[in-house]
Order: sequence, then C-alpha cells, then structure tokens
Amino acid sequence: MTAADWSAVRLTAELASLTTLVLLIVGTPLAWRLARTRSRFKPLWAALVAMPLVLPPTVLGFYLLLLMGPQGPVGQLTQTLGLGRLPFSFAGLVVASVIYSLPFVVQPLQQAFEAIPERTLEAAATLRAAPLDRFFSVALPLARPGLVTAAVLGFAHTVGEFGVVLMIGGNIPDRTRVLSVALYDHVEAMEFAAAHRLAAGMVVFALLVLVALYALNRPRHAGREAPR
Amino acid sequence: MLDFSKKASVRTLAMLCLAGSCAAAARAGDVHVAVAANFAAPMARIAEAFTAATGHAVKLSSGATGKFYAQIVAGAPFDMLLAADDTTPGRLVAEGHAVGSSRFTYATGRLVLWSATPGFVDEQGAVLASDRFAHLAIANPKVAPYGRAAMEVLRALGLADALAPKLVTGESIAQAFQFVATGNAELGFVALSQVIAAGPAPKAPDGVTPVPDRPAVGSWWRVPESLHAPIVQDAVLLKVGEHNPAAAALLAYLKSAPALKVIRAFGYGP
Repeated sequence: MTAADWSAVRLTAELASLTTLVLLIVGTPLAWRLARTRSRFKPLWAALVAMPLVLPPTVLGFYLLLLMGPQGPVGQLTQTLGLGRLPFSFAGLVVASVIYSLPFVVQPLQQAFEAIPERTLEAAATLRAAPLDRFFSVALPLARPGLVTAAVLGFAHTVGEFGVVLMIGGNIPDRTRVLSVALYDHVEAMEFAAAHRLAAGMVVFALLVLVALYALNRPRHAGREAPR
Repeated sequence: MLDFSKKASVRTLAMLCLAGSCAAAARAGDVHVAVAANFAAPMARIAEAFTAATGHAVKLSSGATGKFYAQIVAGAPFDMLLAADDTTPGRLVAEGHAVGSSRFTYATGRLVLWSATPGFVDEQGAVLASDRFAHLAIANPKVAPYGRAAMEVLRALGLADALAPKLVTGESIAQAFQFVATGNAELGFVALSQVIAAGPAPKAPDGVTPVPDRPAVGSWWRVPESLHAPIVQDAVLLKVGEHNPAAAALLAYLKSAPALKVIRAFGYGP
C-alpha cells in the first residue's frame, strides 16, 4: 500500500473513533431521555433521531454543504464564532458523521434503557441512590450490551460512510480523503489491484473488530445465571 | 345492465389503447442514451426537439463517463453514449462494445474559472495568483476530462504547486460545480455549459440564445484553449443500439443544424 493509502486508513480510524466518542457522549443522555420520557412529543423526537436514515447520503451531504456554507445558518454561526467554515475540514467530517450515524447509536441505547424495569430504579431510589447515582451505577451497567452495540454500530457505520464525506470533504489528502473515498478513487481510475487491497483490508479489519466485540459482549457467567 | 355496459366499454377502450400503442411502436421507437453529466442540459433540449420532429421517444441517463464505461461493458441497455472524452468511446470500439463507423466528435468542451460571487473573477484570471480564496474546486483529474484540463491550465500558469493545498476535488465536474455554487469553494474550474445551464431558461422552447458575455450568476474567466489540450467529446453507437432505427436517427440528428445551434448556445465548440 502507498503512503497515501495509509494516510487514508489513519484518517478513517481517527474520524470513526472521534465520532463514536462524541456520539456516546451526546447520544447516551438523549437515549435516556427518550426511553424515560412520558411526553406527548416522544414519537416526534424519536422520528427526528431516525431522520438521517431517510435521506440518501449524498443528498444529506449536499444539504450539509448548504447549511455549513458561507450563506448557510450553520456556516454563518461558525464564521461569527471565528471557527471558519466546516466543509473541506476534518472537523466538518466529524460533525457530518455525528449527524449521519446518530440513529445507529441512539436507537440501541434507547432500547437497552427501555428494557430496564422501572421497579429496579425505584428499588435503587429507596436505597437512597440519587438520580445521577442511579443512572451510573444501575442503569448504565444494565444497559452495557446496548452500549457496546451502539459503539460498534456507530464506529462501523462511520468507517463505511461514503456519500456524506464525498460531498463535504472535497477529497483532500491527509485532511478529508478517508478510506472509502480513496477506495472509490482507485475504482474510478480503474486501479483495481489497489482497490482490492484496500477493500480486503477493510473487510478483514471490520470482521476482526466485530467478532472481538461480540465475543466480549456475551453475558458473563451465562450458565450460572440461566433460569432453571 | 348499466354496470355491464360500462365494463364492456372500458374493455373496448383498453383494447383500442393497446392496438394504438402497438401501431405507434411500429412507427416510432425508443432510444436510450447515456450522456456525460456536462452535456445533460443541452441533450435534454435536443431530445425534446428530436421527439417533436420524429416521434421517437428518448430516455436520457446522465452520469460520469467512466461509470458508463463499466456499465456498458457489463451489458447496460444503452443504445448510444455521448461521452465527456474521446478515449472512452475509442476503447469501447476497440473492445467490441460499440460500432466504430458511428463514432464522431459532437462537441468540444470549454473550461471556465467560475465564482458564484459577481466581480470576483477578473477577465484574465489573475485572481488565481492572489490569496483572496481558500478553496479552488476542480473535478478529479484522474478520471474527469475537465479536471485534467484544469490541472493543465494550472501547470501552464505555473501555479500547480502553489495552489495544491487549496484544491478540493469533486468526483465529477457536477460536484465541482456544486462546491462553487454553494459558495463553499470561492473558485472552481467547471464546464461553460454548466454555468450557462444554471442561468435563466430561454423564453421560447426553441429560442436558442447565443453564449452570453457574462454569467447569469457570479463571474467567470473563459480559459483560453491554448492553455490545455482540447476537451474532445465523442458520441458512439453501442452494440445494443446497432439495429435500432431510432438510435441511428438520433445520431444523425445530433449533426443537424437545430442540434448544432443548441450545442453552440451552451458554449461548446465544434
């Protein structure tokens, strides 16, 4: 593999890790709220979280280009704050990836939180656990499988992301040319050997990571805790 | 009784329609055209006039020439290809996917340096040497003829190395255009036809306006053709369409005066 391809690999790993981290920080409280709310508007919020699934990625990317552009509201905000503009930058890719992968992180978390019986949390409350304590020492450990699934899906979805980064990245080496774009470049230029190398590497890596994570995610002491 | 007669008349109507469409199919055919993205707008206009003149229906699929190549080799049902270059049609002929005798140059592409901001680009393109912009959009020079021409221009001007950090690359000339149209890139090398197509549509359906002096949106520098190799765009009849009379008719129509008028109006050279 060439240095340029390695750079794309590194960039993709950085993008997917950072995106997953941001998504877990943003998505966990969001999923908790969604799981516990009794608001009439819950269906609306849940639907809004699912919206990035509806638009084709390149179309989503095009609208992000408009929103983050010099005339777009987000672009004007970032410029006023002195942050410059997001398209064609690594930060822009992170923001776009967070939006694009949001449902893949929030939905497994939400389901995991919803599966925790209200009584368990009430029991914790009678033992004088404060709300934050209940969340960190009861809810979060119980939702661990959901948490792992959310992180895996968020990471994998960002690695495989193509349409959005193609639209707002501008294919800049070392800055926005991620693995999927580099791979597409090789295919378009009919450099099939280079494309096969990247694709094979991607598939093998993903398989290893997923197998490892799903192995770790099996319930511990399953035999002993199984109902008789 | 009433119900029955209604049903019968619907059935008669349906049969008449079927017979009618069969008769129409005998007279007029379908032609399915793969057209390079930069020529999509003029081709839509030409297809409309062609259908009005001959009764043949035209189905247009626009996209990147390189992708069409892969699809045609894989057996895509296109009757003809209007490519963005001359090498792809040549290759299809050499590999037996196209009819060699049908190949001809239907247009020569014109490159412009365009900005969506009025007055930003001067008439000599001197803005390229300034530091007034952060991003210059081009089509991917590895695969897109307009991108290759853009890099030739930058090399001819001696700016290729200096501007390398500012380049943002679209997968096609259409994406390069979007980068500039949305203002995310202040400048970009795009096809003259795209900027003309982005302007107001002519009032009469056949009203073909000459190439304007200035773009309807923003500002441009029409890059002298001496700065890059010509962007020769070839058309070719594909094996699928070899015995399709509608395809032959459309290929001939592309060389007719009304078609040439549209091609010139979108800024293409002969």
